[in-house]
Amino acid sequence: MLANGLTVLVQEIHTAPLVSVWCWYRVGSGDEPPGLTGVSHWVEHMNFKGTEQISRDQMKGIVEKLGGMWNGYTWIDQTTYLETASSAAVDTLLFLEAQRMSSSLFEPEECESERTVVISELQGAENDPDQVLDLEVTATALRVHPYGHPTIGWLHDLQSMTRADLYGHYQRHYMPANATLVIVGDVDTDDVLRRVDKYFGSIPAAEVRRYQRPAEPPQIGERRVVLERGGTTAYLELAFPAPAVSESGFVPLLALDAVLSGAKGVSLWSAFRGTPPQRKARLYTALVEDGLAASVSGVLLPTRDPFIYSLSFTAADGVPLEVLEDAALSAIERVAAQGVTEAEAARARRQLRARLVFENDSVTSIAHQLGYFDTVAGPGYLEQLECRIAMVTAEQMGQAARQALGASTRTVGWSTPARRGR
Amino acid sequence: MSTGALTRPVSPTRDVLDNGVVVLTHESTATPSVAVNATFYCGSANDPPDLPGVAYLTRRTIDRGTSLRSAADVAETLDDRGVSLRVSASRHTLTISCVCLSEDFGEILSLIADIARRPVFPAEEIEKRRIEAVTSLREDQDDPSKVARDLLLGILYGAAHPYGRTVKGTVESLGSITRRDLVEFHARYMVPSALRVAIVGHVAAGAAVTSAARSFDEWRQPVSPDEPIAPPVLHDLRTVRTAVMPGKSQADICYGFTTIRRVDPRYYAYWMMNNVLGQFGLGGRLADNIRERQGMAYYAYSSFDATVGEGPLIIRAGVDPANVTRTIGAIDDEVRALGADGPTRREFEDTRDSLIGALPRMLETNESIAEFIQYTEQFGLGLDFDRRLPSCLGAVSMDDVREAAREVLDPLRAAVAVAGPRE
Repeated sequence: MLANGLTVLVQEIHTAPLVSVWCWYRVGSGDEPPGLTGVSHWVEHMNFKGTEQISRDQMKGIVEKLGGMWNGYTWIDQTTYLETASSAAVDTLLFLEAQRMSSSLFEPEECESERTVVISELQGAENDPDQVLDLEVTATALRVHPYGHPTIGWLHDLQSMTRADLYGHYQRHYMPANATLVIVGDVDTDDVLRRVDKYFGSIPAAEVRRYQRPAEPPQIGERRVVLERGGTTAYLELAFPAPAVSESGFVPLLALDAVLSGAKGVSLWSAFRGTPPQRKARLYTALVEDGLAASVSGVLLPTRDPFIYSLSFTAADGVPLEVLEDAALSAIERVAAQGVTEAEAARARRQLRARLVFENDSVTSIAHQLGYFDTVAGPGYLEQLECRIAMVTAEQMGQAARQALGASTRTVGWSTPARRGR
Repeated sequence: MSTGALTRPVSPTRDVLDNGVVVLTHESTATPSVAVNATFYCGSANDPPDLPGVAYLTRRTIDRGTSLRSAADVAETLDDRGVSLRVSASRHTLTISCVCLSEDFGEILSLIADIARRPVFPAEEIEKRRIEAVTSLREDQDDPSKVARDLLLGILYGAAHPYGRTVKGTVESLGSITRRDLVEFHARYMVPSALRVAIVGHVAAGAAVTSAARSFDEWRQPVSPDEPIAPPVLHDLRTVRTAVMPGKSQADICYGFTTIRRVDPRYYAYWMMNNVLGQFGLGGRLADNIRERQGMAYYAYSSFDATVGEGPLIIRAGVDPANVTRTIGAIDDEVRALGADGPTRREFEDTRDSLIGALPRMLETNESIAEFIQYTEQFGLGLDFDRRLPSCLGAVSMDDVREAAREVLDPLRAAVAVAGPRE
């Protein structure tokens, strides 16, 4: 850690002449007060619009002309910026991230221009009924905790937020003590740490002023959302309260999800690529093989606070949602009542072990996992994960099913083409 | 200029089995895993013209049982090892691929060979996958970006050309494809001489070839027929079509042209031209205008897909319905300017350096190396293509890029498709 509080993680991998640099900030849409929903994501956009020493136009090409790729994303616990490029470019990447941490400009006209870009991003997502349903289900399942509002924000907040709101959020959260810098690839640790100190060492220390996140009160009854917005296809989503990554119930629920919908691993970055179905998964067998659903997917991601475990289904053409829901719930109630078999538990452990290997296939992916877990779970967790997965038992998975999949804590969402009615 | 030096060049071995199957292997010990990519040179371009979707339904059904294993046995073998099998169909390829742990390589390759050689297409599986395929097609019909793309390809190529039809077919054609159509497609096109198997990862090249030979060597089938792709009819006039999709928030614009084949010597100049227009810096000149300066879209970019036939160059933007006309105007401006004047010196150099410098990153994972080897094999680019690529790009002059832009980028000949709510 640098004297100003910046956490630095370095891993040497010399198989290719590449380096991946990620700068993580412990701020996401879970850290936004009412009226400022979407501010973290909009700030992320503004951090590509120029700094004191890198103009907006230079910023777009500075990494690419070196053959590198760059991007960023914002989610509920984190905002992150990444570049992967030739290891010879490491100074440029560190300079860029140090600039972003300390001296982004937030020019007023750029803030205005970006307002409509962000609103366009929101409207693009509204074109997808599956995403709209997920947004509504999440907001229904979480009524108090700020995880309940969409990361992109509510439209009214995006229309009314000011440049002062954006810059204030940046100043409050972008500081060394709230960040983790991850460097993975063809570098020498001592050498690269000297370079980090050169670019980041002079950024002043500042105290992190985090908003207190309100806790979600226990859910005491089933909640239901029904959307009738036209379109061609019906979707079902079931959401259940899920433990935070640091809670003992997280790994058993992860393994239970492998039994129910197939193992996905624990990388949000790899999840962007999508995983083809695993057909022995219970819900796949019960719903897709029986012709009720065209697809089924489960999502449980590591988060700092308790979030949701969601199961999403695309109804096969012509199948009414009540039929699909009945079949899905009876499969879920069965696992809650009867648990999982030893054979299923063993398969889930094997699948997750393979996933951990597959999702660490590049310097970019490895750097993502180091930074992501440092942000949501703190140091040391990722190293223990393989061991925790190897030790999870059928008994613990059954207990996770009983605790997590209850009828009184679920949120059920329907998105149905209006023409079919209910 | 970046040299794109590779400290770990891709040096695949290439072996041809007696039956014509080509096995391409590259050993890498970076992770204890192996990527297997079995690609057949057939796809939706080989669909009967009156029955689009045969390749697509084949792809959805082929791994649902073989003469040696039931669908459940196939799923069991994969799931027990944490392997997710991908089967994908494009216009010219049908690919079965996955990543597995090194310890499972032999069993998984044997399974893939079984699926490739001996699918039985059980009738009940066809019916289930048919419903899935129709559901997926109906989802596409509700997605403005896909509706706009299909509309554009219809304008550019026409329904008589395989590129003018959708890979997934139509609800009607999917409904009338029979088991016999799938069996015939497999027997006719998915044959040893059309198969390339790439094996990349933590397995010795010799052992990989031996395993492949054991899995594929005895398979005998006639060579598949050569079905050349006709050049598209060129349009002299601008064509605009609109699909109204009530209830949608955003309109999707697809704007494009037909271009050249991948084997055309002008390919590298076209690639650089497209990079300047709609790629460099997350969307090139298009994003700079439409997103950065006018704030009208979250995405604005272009893609260039030179393939076996004359593939398209497609410009895309998703915008507020009130901004459709303004956005098309901005696209016209950028297309006209690049078509008339070509790139600036700085754009030309940045683009060249970026494409050359990106090579090590493109060859980082076992999966991406396997895809790269398949690509070089498909278009006859040679086993040393990763080392030759910098000189291929380095040989392109600014005049070449300007000429490429002049040949293609003319708003008066553009095809324009818009899908979204009424403006």
